[in-house]
Order: sequence, then structure tokens, then C-alpha cells
Amino acid sequence: MTDQIVAFTYLSIVASVAGLATILVRSPVHSALSLVVVVFHVAGMFVLLGNGFLAAVQVIVYAGAIVVLFLFTMMLLDLRRHETERTVHRRQIWLAIPIAVLLFAEVAWIAISKPEISENLKGAFPPQTIDELGGSAQALATVMFTDYLLPFEVASVLLLAAAIGAMVLARNPDEESLASPPDMIEDAAGTDGSSDQPEGELSETPATHG
Amino acid sequence: MPAYVGVVILALLGFAFCAGSLVGAWLLRPRRPVGAKLDPYESGVPPIGDAKGRHVVRFYLVAMLFVVFDVELVFLYPWAVHYAEQGVFSDRLFLFGEMLVFVAILLVAYAYAFKKGVFEWNRGD
Repeated sequence: MTDQIVAFTYLSIVASVAGLATILVRSPVHSALSLVVVVFHVAGMFVLLGNGFLAAVQVIVYAGAIVVLFLFTMMLLDLRRHETERTVHRRQIWLAIPIAVLLFAEVAWIAISKPEISENLKGAFPPQTIDELGGSAQALATVMFTDYLLPFEVASVLLLAAAIGAMVLARNPDEESLASPPDMIEDAAGTDGSSDQPEGELSETPATHG
Repeated sequence: MPAYVGVVILALLGFAFCAGSLVGAWLLRPRRPVGAKLDPYESGVPPIGDAKGRHVVRFYLVAMLFVVFDVELVFLYPWAVHYAEQGVFSDRLFLFGEMLVFVAILLVAYAYAFKKGVFEWNRGD
């Protein structure tokens, strides 16, 4: 039990600090990387709660896919501008503070009063049943490959639609956008600051490479 | 819970390896910061600008495809666990076929991406 308390203390402290870093850090990329730390430590909490599969999904989907999407979206934007600009969203604060207070009150109420959950709210898979089946992945699989076999196959069609939809939407009408020459960074010379650099300085550097 | 001790040890070893490499290199290396040595890739392609510019939308497409196949991967875990538990051969065959159908449908996305030239980086050179 003390092991769990030590682990939970570590996970919650690091997750909280990284969560604060996510919203306070200047650079959007650093913010996204802090989010990865949060996600990993929340996955650790899922392990403590006895759901290893959810922890794995948390790491694969959130730390893997979602944060990659965040980072790639940032790469489509001009990061230099967002790092120097200080933006305070005043309207958001008025909405964010009440919601945060409400959420905290809710969690505090549950933690203090520990409400009793009735039997029919626990569903067909209470923790004991999951343990008997050998774990959360087994429990999920027994349902997924019996009762929900068709939805499982339909999920692949959904993923297919998402993939093809992304490819269709990312194409420019002029058809050439996907096959345009690979200029890795569009405004390579930069729009601010580095543009007053003389051209010769950039072309001189290759000579020094061995 | 003891099953996860290995995960913790692996994480600690990973951190120790990174920290050890950086500290070791810092202790051992001579410090003469001149010219090309300060480039991100010494003897590599010289960098143009910095990494904070806007990148071509094609990278985003690859990321999107990664996300789709990442989610497909999530479905493979419970399937593998369930598959290993089956004793009857016909049950195994059925489950194997089901996963083949699942993967085959998603392969259409791959085929489409190939046909549209998403993976062709040098066309136009």
C-alpha cells in the first residue's frame, strides 16, 4: 500500500508541475512536450488503478498520436511570431476560472463524501470480473470479438474514411500541392530578423563542411 | 502491480543512459567551439534558417496517416491477447480472418496514399 502512495505522490506531483508548464511555458513546442509528460504520468495513474490496457492506450494514442498532431499543426504555423507575442485571452479567463472552480469542487466533494455507487451503475464488468478474466485487455477483447464484432470491423472503415479524408482535404485544388518540390521550410530565409542577412553569408557555410 | 517493476526499471535505465551519455561526453570532450562544429549536423547538409518556420503540408499528411495506423495498433492489443487464449483451431482461424479483414480495409488508405503520391518526396526535381 505504501508503494502505491509513494508512486501516486510522485505521479501526481510531476503531472501537476508538467500540467502547469503546459499552460505557462512560452514556446508552443515546449508546451506540447510538457503535455507528453502529463500524459505519461496520468498513464502511470491508470496502472495504479489496475487498468494496464488503458495506460497503454493513453501512451499510444495521446502521447503518440495526439501530441504528434499538435506538433505538426504548430509546424504549419509561424512559431517565431507566437513565441514573441504575449497573448492573454481575457475572455477565456472569465470562463476558465468558474469552470476550474466547479471542477475542483466536484472532485473535492467526491473525495470527501465518497458516495456509494449502486450495483446497476457498476455495469457488467466490475473490478472483480475483470480480475477473473485476467485483466482489462482480456475483458475488452471478450466483448469486442463476440458482441461487438461488426462494430469492430466498421471501426476500420471509420479509420479509412479519416485517412482518405485527410488526404483529400490537404490537397490544393491545383493538384500539384502534394508533388511540389520539397522545399523543406517554405520561408527559409525568414520573414523577420534573418532577412537582412546578406545572401553570401548563407552560401558560404557549405564550404566549411568536411 | 509487481509486473510493472520492469517498466519502472526500464524507464530509469533510459533516463540513466541519456544523462550518462550527456554528462560523460561533457566530461571527456575538448571544448573548441568553432565554425561547422556548432552546426546541428556536422558534415551534414547545412541548415537553412531555423526550425521554427512553416513546414510543407505534406509532413502533416504523414502525421495524419501515422495517427490512423496508431489507432489501428490499439485494436491489435486486445486482439492478440484474445487470440492467444483460444484453444480451438477454428476459433483461431475465425479471429485471424477478422483481423485480416480489419487490416485489409485500412490497407486501402495506404494504397490511396501511394497512388496520390503522398510518399513521393522528390517528384518535380
